[in-house]
Amino acid sequence: MINQIQSLGHKGLDFFQRLGRAHILIVDILKGLPVLLLRPGLIVQQIFSVGVLSLIIIVVSGFFVGMVMGLQGYNTLVDFGAEESLGVMVALSLVRELGPVVTALLFAGRAGSALTAEIGLMKATEQLSAMEMMAVDPVQRVLAPRFLAGFISMPLLAAMFSAVGVLGGFFVGVGLLGVDDGAYWSQMQSSVDIYDDIYNGVIKSLVFGFVVTWIAVFEGYDAIPTSEGVSRATTRTVVHSSLAVLGLDFILTALMFN
Amino acid sequence: MTTRIAEIWVGLFVAGGIAALFMLAMKVSNLSTYSSDSGYDVTAYFEDISGLKVRSPVTMSGVRIGRVKAISFDKQRLSALVTMEIEGEYDTLPDDSSASIYTAGLLGEKYIGLEPGAGSNDCEEFSLDDSGEIKIEETKNTDCKPSTLHQGSEIKLTQDSLVLEKLIGQFISKFLDDDKNKKEPAK
Repeated sequence: MINQIQSLGHKGLDFFQRLGRAHILIVDILKGLPVLLLRPGLIVQQIFSVGVLSLIIIVVSGFFVGMVMGLQGYNTLVDFGAEESLGVMVALSLVRELGPVVTALLFAGRAGSALTAEIGLMKATEQLSAMEMMAVDPVQRVLAPRFLAGFISMPLLAAMFSAVGVLGGFFVGVGLLGVDDGAYWSQMQSSVDIYDDIYNGVIKSLVFGFVVTWIAVFEGYDAIPTSEGVSRATTRTVVHSSLAVLGLDFILTALMFN
Repeated sequence: MTTRIAEIWVGLFVAGGIAALFMLAMKVSNLSTYSSDSGYDVTAYFEDISGLKVRSPVTMSGVRIGRVKAISFDKQRLSALVTMEIEGEYDTLPDDSSASIYTAGLLGEKYIGLEPGAGSNDCEEFSLDDSGEIKIEETKNTDCKPSTLHQGSEIKLTQDSLVLEKLIGQFISKFLDDDKNKKEPAK
């Protein structure tokens, strides 16, 4: 009995210690960002591996999500004779919700896990310790560029996801199902607001980008330096950032579109 | 060399992201319909505006010439005050135009349709001549212009939005009345 209570307490302490370390790390990373501006090459390299390499999966899934929305939306709307509103439905749900959220989930799976594994392995093979020995701060040199790259890439990826999704909906709705071309765009334009919808969607994707890369970088940096520890950290990155994205999405939606 | 390729790709990536944002802003959202040049504000009172929203279109002959700028409730007149912003280039609308609230499609959004009036002006003078006929004379006033809607003018003739429940209510009461009238003579 006492042992169970003790293990519960141990887990609780563990959790809060990790939380504390995560916050200390993010403060250190943010402190390291100004120095990073002197070395843009590092950021470019990381944007390549975090953003550009995620491009294909984001664009392809965006197109398919848009096409499915076009198909499903058409089947529902045609019952009410409102299939002209297909563009509104596709655009609003993509820009407000699916764009940021699905991009963040894919981003966590594609880029977040890679970040964690890379940093975790650097730690396991004691590259990070070696850097410290050479008086190079690994937080500044390794973590900060990766964090910034994720933070920059995520909104760009989400915007591409939404844009490609709208085109996918257009392809299915107008190209295959025969919704009127002009109605698709004009109804979309009259219902989608630049501030309420697009701007808030971008804010959402910025927040998700921050959280997902933070979790990924922290899990890698905090991983137990064994192969098992790295694999666990990678799993945790995907699970935790997906949950964080979905939870935050609810909060942000409640704040933005009440 | 590899960094060069990476840099090119990152450049393309960032450009693509910004292009996507630009497309969302211009093609998907209503940014392109924001008029940059300032128009003029016209007000109108309606008894019932249900369904009309700020930024709903204002049209004439089906062409969008402005947007609803603000909707408020006038507590003195106990009716809704709608402020419309008409784009500056449409400055020849007669001041006795009428405004009605219509619905686009059966379930579509509400919009305000303006219909041009005859255009009262002070270019002509009416007088009765000796035989009792109305004589119309051009005034000597050289700078006479038909009076048009301008900043701050009010549209007097308005027609409220049709509320489906009211229509159905009217229809049912009329139907019941007809029913009674038919039955009563038969007795």
